[in-house]
Amino acid sequence: MNSTQIICIVCPMGCHLEVAHDSASGTYSVSGNKCSRGKEYGINELSNPTRVVTSTVVIEGAHLKRLPVKTNRPIAKGKMFECMKEIDKVRVIAPVKMGQIILKDIAGTGADLIATRSMG
Amino acid sequence: MYDIIVIGGGPAGLAAAIEAKKNGIDSILVIERDRELGGILQQCIHNGFGLHVFKEELTGPEYAEKFINELKELGIEYKLDSMVLNITEDKKVDFINSIDGYVSVKTKAIILAMGCRERTRGAIGIAGARPAGVFTAGAAQRFLNMEGYMVGKTVVILGSGDIGLIMARRLTLEGAKVKVVLERMPHPGGLTRNIVQCLDDYNIPLRLAHTVTSIKGKDRVEGVTIVAIDKSGSIIPGSEEYMECDTLILSVGLIPENELTENAGIAIDPATKGAYVNEAMETSQEGVFACGNVVHVHDLVDYVTEESRLAGRSAARYINDELRASAKAVRTKQGNGIGYIVPQFIRTENLLGGVNLFMRVRSVYSNSKLVVKADGRIIKEIKRSHMIPSEMERVQLSKEVLAAADIKELAIEVMEVEQ
Repeated sequence: MNSTQIICIVCPMGCHLEVAHDSASGTYSVSGNKCSRGKEYGINELSNPTRVVTSTVVIEGAHLKRLPVKTNRPIAKGKMFECMKEIDKVRVIAPVKMGQIILKDIAGTGADLIATRSMG
Repeated sequence: MYDIIVIGGGPAGLAAAIEAKKNGIDSILVIERDRELGGILQQCIHNGFGLHVFKEELTGPEYAEKFINELKELGIEYKLDSMVLNITEDKKVDFINSIDGYVSVKTKAIILAMGCRERTRGAIGIAGARPAGVFTAGAAQRFLNMEGYMVGKTVVILGSGDIGLIMARRLTLEGAKVKVVLERMPHPGGLTRNIVQCLDDYNIPLRLAHTVTSIKGKDRVEGVTIVAIDKSGSIIPGSEEYMECDTLILSVGLIPENELTENAGIAIDPATKGAYVNEAMETSQEGVFACGNVVHVHDLVDYVTEESRLAGRSAARYINDELRASAKAVRTKQGNGIGYIVPQFIRTENLLGGVNLFMRVRSVYSNSKLVVKADGRIIKEIKRSHMIPSEMERVQLSKEVLAAADIKELAIEVMEVEQ
């Protein structure tokens, strides 16, 4: 049984989790969490860590030069820089509505890049 | 003549104005100095906002837009690009903009929601040259996220406050090399989740008990001198180390922006650097309320919203003559291990339900409890497995508990729990 200590980042509580991995059965058990989301986070963080990527893209015809964007769901941690490369190439023209899809299936992650504010 | 003038259109001002309107006040004006509403949320493009208020994880601009839409739907009046210069004791607000010129307007109540300001290089007294490339974290964030300027290529960040940590990640994602984050104190200044998500994820080292003593460079920053700090807060001789970089980012604290408050003669608590407030978020001046980071620096916008709704509701009650100014006040007092408590005064008679006391501990505590004492008698104990100064603590007290005894002083202190 391997166990890893991590800090839960689902909410600001920052619970100190201990995630134990039973390699024989392939199952994980979590302790130290104060809610069920903490358990889910602990297991995901060891088996398949994911993050929501937030950044900006170039926008034309708006009062600002950058439009804030995010992936509409968490993507594999290892794919973050690949996403940033695609985000870098995007140019949009105002007006844009909050939630509007800016880029579909970014970097083959299955997640869409969406605008996080309206502009123009 | 307005019923309420709200100074500041960030999260605090928006929530306060909306809540006042929902409580039956129609004549409200929000005055914002920037070109749009939303305040600093507009540059905080990262996610993690709204978990308490909306039960979902939003970015700063999304959180702001929800409130801006609601404000507009409710038909609340607001002025942009407008700077408030002065507020007077008889509740006159003077402001200036390029369309109306100099305007002086009367109001029945004022809500102060000006937010806070970053501490700068001058505030922490770093010696050396004055080249380009030294930014506060918030200024760098605005340049990068709104104006579209990259601020540097190799970066040292001084201070582990939340904005500094967020900028470490942001700059890394945009291709900069963040060499190190330095923190003068022996514990991090930001939320734990930001240490994990912004530094650990990218293998950015965090060096606690270290600071910058001097900056080298003529036109642009060339490097900084780093030193280690001992337990008493002094520089350890011989620990100097030179590190090359082209940018130094400072995340060394926030100060409530209270020029207007002070000029109006409103009393400021040296512990929070914001106005003293009572259970209604009312300052020492009757009918002048305050909420958000202008009162005390919060770590979560959700708590700002909650506090500001209280201020908006209270201002409505004040206008409807439902707040008793003469009611007896209990003084809250920070005991051992507590840095400050907000509110500083509680007029039990005016409470509708209970009261939330917000506070920060002075250092890191594990297996401890927060002990609430009414005139020396313990009335409540709350166990906490882990407390750190960067994460605000909250204690809820019911009206019944407070009304039960004739309390003069309510003290809260940290005590170790015996194992």
